[in-house]
Amino acid sequence: MSIALAKQATSIEPRRRITDVVMRGLCVAATVIALIPLVAVLYYVASKGVGAISWEFFTHDSSTPPSEPGGGMSNAIVGSLMVVGLACAMGIPVGVLTGVYLSELGRDSMFARTVRFTADAMSGIPSIVIGVFTYTLIVLHQRHFSALAGGVALAIIMLPTVTRTTEEMLKLVPDSLREAALALGVPRWKAIVTIVLRTAAPGIATGVMLAIARVAGETAPLIFTAFGNPHVSTSLNQPVGTMPVLIFEDAKSPYDELNRQAAAGALVLVAFILLLNITARLVVRRKK
Amino acid sequence: MSLPMRESVRVKRDTNKTSAEKGPEAASIKMNAEGLKAWFGSSLALKGVSLPIVDKQVTAIIGPSGCGKSTFVRCLNRMHEVVPGARAEGTVMLDGADIYGPGTDPVLVRRRVGMVFQKPNPFPTMSIRDNVLAGMKLNRVAVTDRDALVEQTLRQVALWDEVKDVLARSGTSLSGGQQQRLCIARALALEPEVLLMDEPCSALDPIATARIEELIHEIGKRVTIVIVTHNMQQAARVSDHTAFFYMGELVEYAPTDQLFTQPSNSRTEDYITGRFG
Repeated sequence: MSIALAKQATSIEPRRRITDVVMRGLCVAATVIALIPLVAVLYYVASKGVGAISWEFFTHDSSTPPSEPGGGMSNAIVGSLMVVGLACAMGIPVGVLTGVYLSELGRDSMFARTVRFTADAMSGIPSIVIGVFTYTLIVLHQRHFSALAGGVALAIIMLPTVTRTTEEMLKLVPDSLREAALALGVPRWKAIVTIVLRTAAPGIATGVMLAIARVAGETAPLIFTAFGNPHVSTSLNQPVGTMPVLIFEDAKSPYDELNRQAAAGALVLVAFILLLNITARLVVRRKK
Repeated sequence: MSLPMRESVRVKRDTNKTSAEKGPEAASIKMNAEGLKAWFGSSLALKGVSLPIVDKQVTAIIGPSGCGKSTFVRCLNRMHEVVPGARAEGTVMLDGADIYGPGTDPVLVRRRVGMVFQKPNPFPTMSIRDNVLAGMKLNRVAVTDRDALVEQTLRQVALWDEVKDVLARSGTSLSGGQQQRLCIARALALEPEVLLMDEPCSALDPIATARIEELIHEIGKRVTIVIVTHNMQQAARVSDHTAFFYMGELVEYAPTDQLFTQPSNSRTEDYITGRFG
């Protein structure tokens, strides 16, 4: 009896080995399938876009008639930078401070729990809804489209992400560091700013960059807020063209030239977002 | 169990003449807790403790887990109330002024009563040098010669020779024992009048523990020290006075030699002879 047991314990049963091989194979196959669309999108955007990118693409605006070559997207690049910049200026301070409130001050209070729940619910709201909301809030009120309205819409989309990542990153800071600072006779606010926020900074920066990357590609909320503008405009009160909206319009147009520009725009946008992602990753790695 | 205990007490008697020279009668009282009660939410962790802390001597607090010894020292610099839901009541006199009195700023109390924690907690975003200076920098205390202060403080905790070439490295790059000495240095740089040590060796190996104990001997001549420890031999080795806590109450307080050789309370005797806890 004991000899039989010992044998069983040292050799793997054939049935288990087969199951192991099959399951491993399935996992690898699923991973490959998941990778196919990712790689295909990057390949498609790159192969279509590379040929269409030229110096003019960055220097000319989209007012060139589609029958003539040499148009560009400078208006949309400037517009996107403006709208995303506005969104950051509004969304990051409010989001980070809300995160500080949730993690350091409100904690488990009823109000903090409500805010946390609202932020989670908000991150699930379709961006088109936020676009409609901003449209009624600002555009209808001002009676015209504007870069400002686009920035507000994107800021609202950023807010829950920034808030919740900030909170989660602050919660990762061990309490022992808070206590160490307080025990040195450091006032609470200063301990939060100089020790807690400083320690969580790389994580918060990563969250913020991912939030920027997300809103930089948003199209729906910009269609009826920033609207579009074939010329470069730097006024907050004027409609501006943005990359995602212009890509959308050029891609569905019947002109080959515009289709090519859409591909180039898509490549620039993807490159920008990829760059943000890589930077975010580098920031985290340097922390370790 | 009782044999090594006696040995360590004897070692203590032989090596530590300073407390005998000072004599407990001549010593003044630095801090005095009177009827100190502390709660976590609705549970009472300290049930009215009165205990004097003698100036420039080492007071050890021993007792089984959950007896309130950590809570007690955290009340001595108002760190107890930092935990959400925690509060304290009673009086704690520091040089004759009640730190729980109305209008007392806990931030200022903590600058006079420093603290070292169970787990070493250097600031990971700061260099070794900046960790030593953290208290001065964060409190905007003017320092004429920062390098001199860093060297002097690190020498006090016997860390200077080990780190003098790597002062710019992160505080967390050091070993556990070195980190703990760095944390002691960080607390000492502010020249606190009292240093609270909450089980400072429980996360360290025996060699690092021995170094910290030497340090307590050294610093204890100049600074009033209150040390919480799980380790009775350690209490016997490093302290002049020992308080035994049980179930949130102070059971016995006596000169260390006396408490470990002739405890007056039967629960103290049961605890130090290893019958429970």
